Amino acid sequence: MGTGDHSIKKYDEELEAMRSRVLEMGGLVESQVRTALDAFEGANVELAQQAIDADRRVNELELDLDQKVNHVIARRQPTAGDLRMIMGIGKATTDLERIGDEASKIARAAKWLREKDGQSRVNRVPDVRYSGEAAVSMLRRALDAFARLDAQAAASIIKDDQGVDDRFRAILRQLITFMMEDPRTISASLDTVWAAKAIERIGDHSKNIAEHVIFISQGLDARHLTPDEVERAVARG
Amino acid sequence: MEAAISALKPNETAKMKVRNLNFYYGKFQALKDINLEVPEKKVTAFIGPSGCGKSTLLRVFNRMFELYPEQRAEGEVSVDGENVLTSKEDVALIRAKIGMIFQKPTPFPMSIYDNIAFGVRLFESLSKSAMDDRVEWALRKGALWNEVKDKLGQSGTSLSGGQQQRLCIARGIAVRPEIILFDEPCSALDPISTAKIEELIDELKSDYTVAIVTHNMQQAARVSDYTAYMYLGDLMEFGETDQIFIKPRRKETEDYITGRFG
Repeated sequence: MGTGDHSIKKYDEELEAMRSRVLEMGGLVESQVRTALDAFEGANVELAQQAIDADRRVNELELDLDQKVNHVIARRQPTAGDLRMIMGIGKATTDLERIGDEASKIARAAKWLREKDGQSRVNRVPDVRYSGEAAVSMLRRALDAFARLDAQAAASIIKDDQGVDDRFRAILRQLITFMMEDPRTISASLDTVWAAKAIERIGDHSKNIAEHVIFISQGLDARHLTPDEVERAVARG
Repeated sequence: MEAAISALKPNETAKMKVRNLNFYYGKFQALKDINLEVPEKKVTAFIGPSGCGKSTLLRVFNRMFELYPEQRAEGEVSVDGENVLTSKEDVALIRAKIGMIFQKPTPFPMSIYDNIAFGVRLFESLSKSAMDDRVEWALRKGALWNEVKDKLGQSGTSLSGGQQQRLCIARGIAVRPEIILFDEPCSALDPISTAKIEELIDELKSDYTVAIVTHNMQQAARVSDYTAYMYLGDLMEFGETDQIFIKPRRKETEDYITGRFG
């Protein structure tokens, strides 16, 4: 990455504005996910609605960032580190918007659970909470790595995704057991499956953002490497 | 500076090998120990800020610098194994083999036909019909034939700037070169003429080895397979154009191509 300023100041300002806009979008999405997880945990309809409503602003930011990406490509013909930054911003924006969608799914599952309350309570699965916390932590650290363009931090996030995936499968096994033991829990269990799947996807998208950070800072395409390969390649620089 | 020897892919051969090349304008050293391989039938672009030595390097390739006193080159520029710098061959023959296109179109003040035939007559004696064929062939290669075939007797200077430049390219091609050097070939042309020249350069590389010096980095990115970044007489980085423009190895290259220079 070039570190100095461009000869054209306005170009610097545009790139800087885009980076802060991504972080703003990331902050918004992170709090949307937290709200959705709280809503799910407490089957709280109001919180669920808040998380769903937040998606509109996230979508607006996606459109705004896409427009800025097009602008810079058309006007500035970015190269090298700037090019990688622009491509990375475009892709990270898409991932953040998808995370927003997944947060809405969790929130909707929370509402459904609430509506079914009293008919068929499924036992709360604590792993959903742990899995959610792990995914939010991945997201927060991915945004942090993006802010600092820290490829090593990004590589460690990629490693963590396996944990979130494993947890999802554990939740699935538990829920299948519930459903087999008492078919009245099937409907509520399925809502929990949707939420758990959404959390698992949030982990995937956070991992993608971490991969974009590695591409931006080192030009390394980490997408189809194993976490260990990524870590070694990043350490080589 | 960074070794460039290994930049070519295994299936590519070097048409021109530059070894330990130093160049002086009087006491001023304009090129410092340049080592580089120019791949055959590829386009190699030379970029860098004014005064970095890129045009000087191009002028060493076909000994154009010898037109001026007080200028001397040390080292080796070999084409097919022969050192151009020490070759006993007639320098006119070397320049026929290694043609050059300049920034400003330089048509001779004569007919379009004779612009092409003039150089050919220096090296070959062709019959009228063979010369006609050669002129048509060169003008077709220069992507100009369709525009001038009905007015070959008109003066070369009556053509537009872009056409004049393509006439000069055709003139260079007519003497059957192996390497064509372009020194800022589009800086005096409008975008449409520029696009035509760039398209032509892309076609030329199926038959010729091309080297181009350009201030326009986007042009280097568009037309070249390999890019060399030069600064203050040093070859800073040489590599595949995609690599240079996506992930340059050196910070200096990065700063220059992203506009952080100065």
